[in-house]
Amino acid sequence: MTVVVWIVEGTWQACIDAARRFAQGMDVILLHITEEGPAAAARGARTGLLGRSHPAHDPGKRIEAAAATAAANLLDSAADRLGRPARRASRSGRAEHEVTAACADADLLIVARDGDLRRLGPKSLGPATRFIVDHVPCPLLLVWPDEPPALASMPPHPPPPPPKRR
Amino acid sequence: MPPGSVIAETSSVLLLLVVLGGAVIKPRGLPEAVTAVPAAGVAMALGLVSPHAAREEISQLLPVVGFLASILALAQLSDREGLFEAAGAVLARGRGNLLARVFLIASAITAVLSLDATVVLLTPVVFATVARLHARPKPHVYACTHLANTASLLLPVSNLTNLLAYTASGLSFTRFGALMAIPWLAAIAVEYVIFRLFFASDLRVAERRPPPENAQVPFFALAVVAATLGGFVAASALGVNPAWAAFAGAVVLAVRALLQRRVTPAEVVRSADLPFGAFVLALGVVVAAVVGNGLGDAVRPLVSQGTALPGLLAVAVLAGVLANLLNNLPTVLLLLPAAAAGGPGPLLAMLIGVNVGPNLTYVGSLATLLWRRVLREHDHEPAIGEFMRLGVLTVPAAIAAAVVGLWLGLHVIGG
Repeated sequence: MTVVVWIVEGTWQACIDAARRFAQGMDVILLHITEEGPAAAARGARTGLLGRSHPAHDPGKRIEAAAATAAANLLDSAADRLGRPARRASRSGRAEHEVTAACADADLLIVARDGDLRRLGPKSLGPATRFIVDHVPCPLLLVWPDEPPALASMPPHPPPPPPKRR
Repeated sequence: MPPGSVIAETSSVLLLLVVLGGAVIKPRGLPEAVTAVPAAGVAMALGLVSPHAAREEISQLLPVVGFLASILALAQLSDREGLFEAAGAVLARGRGNLLARVFLIASAITAVLSLDATVVLLTPVVFATVARLHARPKPHVYACTHLANTASLLLPVSNLTNLLAYTASGLSFTRFGALMAIPWLAAIAVEYVIFRLFFASDLRVAERRPPPENAQVPFFALAVVAATLGGFVAASALGVNPAWAAFAGAVVLAVRALLQRRVTPAEVVRSADLPFGAFVLALGVVVAAVVGNGLGDAVRPLVSQGTALPGLLAVAVLAGVLANLLNNLPTVLLLLPAAAAGGPGPLLAMLIGVNVGPNLTYVGSLATLLWRRVLREHDHEPAIGEFMRLGVLTVPAAIAAAVVGLWLGLHVIGG
């Protein structure tokens, strides 16, 4: 039995805690996705400096190097918090696609909510997490990164539809 | 070819497209000047631009290129002194609202050391710092690339486009800065508000207190940059070209680094990016051919004169659209004669358009983006639709806010 834990900056602690609590005895894969947007944006900005794109000055390369280091550090922190052996996986690309693909053979995925965390409701999922919830092929454990909001924050029932006119 | 004929204009435009294409495609990674300089030669050989006009263009551009080379060298040498690492340490040390700190630092660096410094030197440092804080890098990196354009409105040295306009305008350094202060602040404020809303969920993630870092404060480089900035103001008051202040600042940093054997003379020369200077001069000659053979007359009625708000807005929008169709550098060269004739109002409105407009795409212009797509050179280009949506939201709002700011400034300070 394997569990994939998606490690994202800022919310990963809750996922690790959930793995410790609910995935005892399972093989853990700590998964981090590096988004390509930042390096691509920096590289593009350099292209925009028409005539000044000296190859030695590629900020994209420096960002990619820093991203690799940051991913390794984050996975180290996550492994420390987990406190037992775990495999580490580092991918780059669109987070939602990479996470979904990484779960092809998994028995469980642990993901944190990353949207509006002030109230219960569909907006507590950001776009990437929404995609994963909709597409992931294995069972899913969705956790709140902090204390969940009170039950009273749940939106009221929508009003009944207006009566149909003939 | 008879000057002003359709064939002369068509040939000039074709040459300009060759120069721009060469700069975007960069065959075999050769410097952009390798395409641009022969193209300028062809323009002269075909009589598309007279030797006299070419000489005049080059003599006008030469001081601008020298000014820019000094600023580029100043930024590169400051980086060697650890200025940008120190900026990262300051970013890490502050408390709360990381995005606001990124905005402050990126705006200040862009204004003083030019957008090149922010794109090439600051952005990687911001990424590394934000990642170390376990915060999400994307909003902060996108902020750097946006502010490299938006925050380059303030001073003549902040952007090559400004230097070109400043040289043609006859405005003093301080007056330029005073007139652009409100537009600069207005555009940055608009960017900030939109970034906060757009990246609300990414920004809700709390940063982690990092272990304190002992980054050396590069006092010498800081002092030289501050003195250079003071030098701009002083030179402008004394009627001396502020380029000399930039040159002096770069020389001081270079001499110290050379004496301490931390750089080689070759590295100092490379930091000034001389092939880029040749590219700008050649581009100037080719654009002079395009302007001289008819486009200049065609553009003039589109650039309104005076300081009325609708006219200023129209100039900024025209400049922003052209900057996306070409790139902002040739756009400035194209519009400069017409805009400069209209006085400081239209000239500075044009700068708002060409400086903020490139944020629409992440490569400086729609044309460049299409080129890259057509060539499929970058097959692995990630879906960067998010960056474009951000551009569609920020660019029109920032241009509008900045133009209103300019209009206010012109009426408060006086055009």
